[in-house]
Amino acid sequence: MAYTTENNQSGLMAKAVKEGVLAGLIAFGMFLLFVGIETYQDINNQLVWRTRWGLLAVFVAIAAIGRFLTVGFIKPHLDARKLAKAKSGVLEISDKKSFFHKHFLKIALVFLLCYPFLAMMIFGRQGSLKYVDNFGIQILIYVMLAWGLNIVVGLAGLLDLGYVAFYAVGAYSYALLSANFGFSFWLLLPMAGILAGFWGIILGFPVLRLRGDYLAIVTLAFGEIIRLVLINWTDVTRGTFGISGIAKASFFGIWSFDVGAANNFNKAWGLPSSSVYYKMFLFYVILALCLITAYVTIRLRRMPIGRAWEALREDEIACRSLGINTVTTKLTAFATGAMFGGFAGSFFAARQGFVSPESFVFLESAVILAIVVLGGMGSLTGIAIAAVVMVGGTELLREMEFLKHIFGPDFTPELYRMLLFGLAMIIVMLFKPRGFVGTREPTAFLKERKAVSGSFTKEGHG
Amino acid sequence: MAGETLLKVQGVETYYGNIRALSGVDVEVHKGEIVSLIGANGAGKSTLMMTICGSPQAKNGQVIFDGEDITKLPTHLIARKRIAQSPEGRRIFPRMTVLENLQMGANLDNLKYFKEDVEKVFVMFPRLKERQSQRGGTLSGGEQQMLSIGRALMSRPKLLLLDEPSLGLAPLIVKGIFEAIKKLNKEEGLTVFLVEQNAFAALKLSDRAYVMVNGKVTMSGSGKELLANPEVRAAYLEGGRH
Repeated sequence: MAYTTENNQSGLMAKAVKEGVLAGLIAFGMFLLFVGIETYQDINNQLVWRTRWGLLAVFVAIAAIGRFLTVGFIKPHLDARKLAKAKSGVLEISDKKSFFHKHFLKIALVFLLCYPFLAMMIFGRQGSLKYVDNFGIQILIYVMLAWGLNIVVGLAGLLDLGYVAFYAVGAYSYALLSANFGFSFWLLLPMAGILAGFWGIILGFPVLRLRGDYLAIVTLAFGEIIRLVLINWTDVTRGTFGISGIAKASFFGIWSFDVGAANNFNKAWGLPSSSVYYKMFLFYVILALCLITAYVTIRLRRMPIGRAWEALREDEIACRSLGINTVTTKLTAFATGAMFGGFAGSFFAARQGFVSPESFVFLESAVILAIVVLGGMGSLTGIAIAAVVMVGGTELLREMEFLKHIFGPDFTPELYRMLLFGLAMIIVMLFKPRGFVGTREPTAFLKERKAVSGSFTKEGHG
Repeated sequence: MAGETLLKVQGVETYYGNIRALSGVDVEVHKGEIVSLIGANGAGKSTLMMTICGSPQAKNGQVIFDGEDITKLPTHLIARKRIAQSPEGRRIFPRMTVLENLQMGANLDNLKYFKEDVEKVFVMFPRLKERQSQRGGTLSGGEQQMLSIGRALMSRPKLLLLDEPSLGLAPLIVKGIFEAIKKLNKEEGLTVFLVEQNAFAALKLSDRAYVMVNGKVTMSGSGKELLANPEVRAAYLEGGRH
């Protein structure tokens, strides 16, 4: 008995070594020209090349060792675990969830509410700026955008590649109306949303009869049109220079965050002058906007219009034969999704203080769509996790100073952002083809709902 | 069974582009009847069904439902006149649960009669009750057909259109579904218009039937008459029963 396991073990090792070497060879072949050789222009402006054997060796080593470990250790370990689970009779999908699993949403919400204060306690006033602004606000903007797009793509099943257009409409609405008419943030926030929703309907009309690939191409074009208008309509938008000096958001008109203002927030509360308080305020504003988006999405899914969106995604012909007006259903999906994009856009303009067409390129649409797909279309939790991973991950890359010690001093991790982005997508799609949270919460119950309402009455919630 | 006329199709011609799929079809369905339409592949049976529902719309001729011309109405408004359809290929919503599928059928009344009607459907198809929280796409073919019929019934229709309910199902399941249709007709007085390839079962079930060949109605009569008709037997029954 002992002999056979030993034999298996050595057989496994031999296989792992063989596969590792093979992976190394493949990596060598693939990266030889891309990584091993670098072209650059010398002082006479001539294109010359030099070799980068060290970097190539690192790439090959990663591939070989990675494959070796996967075949030799990780896979047998996973198999053994699966076998053990099967033996003990515990199914993969078990009803028993850990405490963390069950209360994930509550824990996440409490964490988010405390996050700016935690950051300030740990990193100090100026140190926390990065964590509140670059991580917190940035991620939440993408969460909101992705949740907005989720209504169009995840619920109604209309593939929209030009979502950033509505983001742009929201941002420029705020920038232009506040610069030209001096309206406040709190007035313009809903207005930007309504304007973006209006544009959503305008986009919706010509694409009513389109689906799938055709719809994707038209929406892509729409996104580009908006961007090109922003670049070329220089009288109004100042073209590529963008609009700067956009007014900050105020604390509901009571306190201002402008340094010179009489009712300055920091002075009124006796706080030292620092922009971190403004950022913290913005953090809570975008958090509130995100929660509104989530609440509206959850509510809509249980209403006839939300049900119609989901049915539309599944089967348009069946929808019509059940008396659903697919025209209004599609238009409301576009308008609602666009409205949330508009909210996010006007917030973005207020936070940045500067907008230019640069911020609204196709790549943004692609990133937002990628977040929706990775998270699992239709799932709010999954999308939020995907936004944290994707946006937070790329922000984190800026922090990866230690990578320079491995790859050499001119290695700038930010430049590999898109490469890693693509890699992450491939990996997630291989292992979780339906996204992080691929299951859909049903909205209709017969018995369960009774039970829930019963427990509510007990607690005195009516 | 000479009830009031519920659906009247008069000289309907339907085109797919330049190709004429229906050339002057006349069909009548009276209240409380089961009427079936039989014919070979490509005869235009499903096209007639879709034309009644307004997609595609008839180019010439008229579709009159309950005394009202519905020829040029858009599909969703025709459905709101209480013409429910269980379309060809069933077309249930695969990612939604059985209960949600049924909910979609009850949308017309804003779920007013949902609970009541869902119980009725569950009594008729107990299998659906067992699987109420399962996703539609995971059901077997027969269960999907039950769901498709159940969903159509949820809208409290005056006329139920069934397009090939026996398609791809085992004979025993087909029998069950046809019995359910018969029961609906007897007990609730539901009017049913049925398109079928399975001519024998359809004719046995129906009060009246039409035979369709190349976009035209060539024969009509009571189910019994057509069953006994030698031409019909030769064309649709003798070869097709095994």
